[in-house]
Amino acid sequence: MSAGPTIPRPLPEHEGDLAPFLAAAREHRLVVQRCDGCGMLRFPPRELCSGCLSTAASWREVSGRGEIFSFNVMHQVYHPAFAREVPYAVVVIKLAEGPKITSNLVNYPVDRIRIGMPVEVVFEDVSADVTLPKFRGRA
Amino acid sequence: MPSKGEIAIAGLGQTRQGKVYGRSHMGLAVEAVELALADAGLARADLDGLLLNPGIAWGNAAMGSFMLQQALGLRDLKLQSTMNLGGATAGAMIQHAALAIAAGLCTTVACVFSDRPLKAPQEQHARAGKREGSAASYAFARGLDAVYGQFGINAMYALVARRHMHVYGTTQDHLGAVAVAQRRWANRNPAAQLHAVPLTLADYHASRWIVEPFHILDCCLVSNGGVAVIVTSAERARSLRKPPVYVWGMGQGHPGGDPSETLVSGAPLARTTAFAMAGIDARDVRIAELYDCYTFTVLVTLEDYGFCAKGEAGDFVAAGHTAPGGSLPVNTGGGQLSSAYMWGMTPLAEGIVQARGEAGDRQVPRHDVVLVSGNGGLLSTHTTLVLSPLPS
Ligand SMILES: [Zn+2]
Repeated sequence: MSAGPTIPRPLPEHEGDLAPFLAAAREHRLVVQRCDGCGMLRFPPRELCSGCLSTAASWREVSGRGEIFSFNVMHQVYHPAFAREVPYAVVVIKLAEGPKITSNLVNYPVDRIRIGMPVEVVFEDVSADVTLPKFRGRA
Repeated sequence: MPSKGEIAIAGLGQTRQGKVYGRSHMGLAVEAVELALADAGLARADLDGLLLNPGIAWGNAAMGSFMLQQALGLRDLKLQSTMNLGGATAGAMIQHAALAIAAGLCTTVACVFSDRPLKAPQEQHARAGKREGSAASYAFARGLDAVYGQFGINAMYALVARRHMHVYGTTQDHLGAVAVAQRRWANRNPAAQLHAVPLTLADYHASRWIVEPFHILDCCLVSNGGVAVIVTSAERARSLRKPPVYVWGMGQGHPGGDPSETLVSGAPLARTTAFAMAGIDARDVRIAELYDCYTFTVLVTLEDYGFCAKGEAGDFVAAGHTAPGGSLPVNTGGGQLSSAYMWGMTPLAEGIVQARGEAGDRQVPRHDVVLVSGNGGLLSTHTTLVLSPLPS
């Protein structure tokens, strides 16, 4: 593989425990896992709940609103698909419902990102069958 | 639990560390054991225990200690294990060895680490064109992280460091102060990779970013090399070649949960056990060898041992307390940031050298109580050792 414009960014696999999340994203809905045992919300998905150890879980839609919990700004290129994007920010959003989700901000200068900034989800169709939740600032 | 001073470190072996090629991870491990045995005045046949912390180059070496036993030609071991708590493993190996010796399972244990993550220039050439990133970055990519461009442990620690800056007002200057203080120690350590390279705060700010808030000078020096430490009873150690370094206290702490929420390492837990065994508190510590995968890790660890209040480590370091001549010398060989990254063996080895009084130009005059910390994962695992040249 050589560095060039055709290298795609890595995409999530449709199989596995992220499948319901990705299916919902295609419908422009943001969902997280909810433990059927104790009701705790969690993300990313896991086989069992670390609170009550129940393996029963379902998916629940959340508001998509939250605030920046932390962020970094990537300068080092760890994957060639990102060579033209550095420096870019990876943000951790604390959703209003509690769970945290890793994502990117759309159209936002990295030097203006602040912890505590209110954000809301937007959906980016990145290929014919993959839609990714990203976030933008909100008032 | 062994009592204070019942167990001692009798030998230390360190290969050259850094851009060292020409030997495999196994060869480096064997060389480190040979050096440690020579240091202690022991022969291979005197070993009846072998513990291994395999670095990245060992791959998925669940049976690494057995492979090392075969390579060393060791017979009739009474204790053996391959251990991995990340950067806390060095301290954990000493603790397992001490417990086994005190319990009568065995008498003389070699605790070994080696790694060879750096490739020689000709090896890199063979791999050019296959830019799939480092193995470490992919090992830590979970779920959707890679999709959003989040790769590697640097990026994960950066998120925790950013929280510390937000909650406690820690600044980029504070991170830089750690790098500068440790470089001043490295400038006194001829074995340090950056021995001859001075560093100012301005140099630090001018160095390239890896992942904000980390410059390259906030990150440890990925290195090839091996380190081995021989543990035995204090009684036996007194008859050997080198003066014993006594284990006064030891403990572990593995907090669980999300460190970006708590901003606390396992040190408060590990410290409590270790300081109680040693009969000391933080004010008694003369030298602190603290695990320093990042500058940020040093700040959290200083706070969590109680050398300053939570959130005040940045000012503590910036005031010069940890630098040569300061009230609490920290990472006196230059540490992982300026000497070499041998996981938890870097602080442990320097702690042994200082406790023995063998540190030359960088020797701290008062070295009767030496603290050694280990930290693994994302502030996930922690070990504490309290070492002393005095039996009690
Ligand atoms: Zn539950």
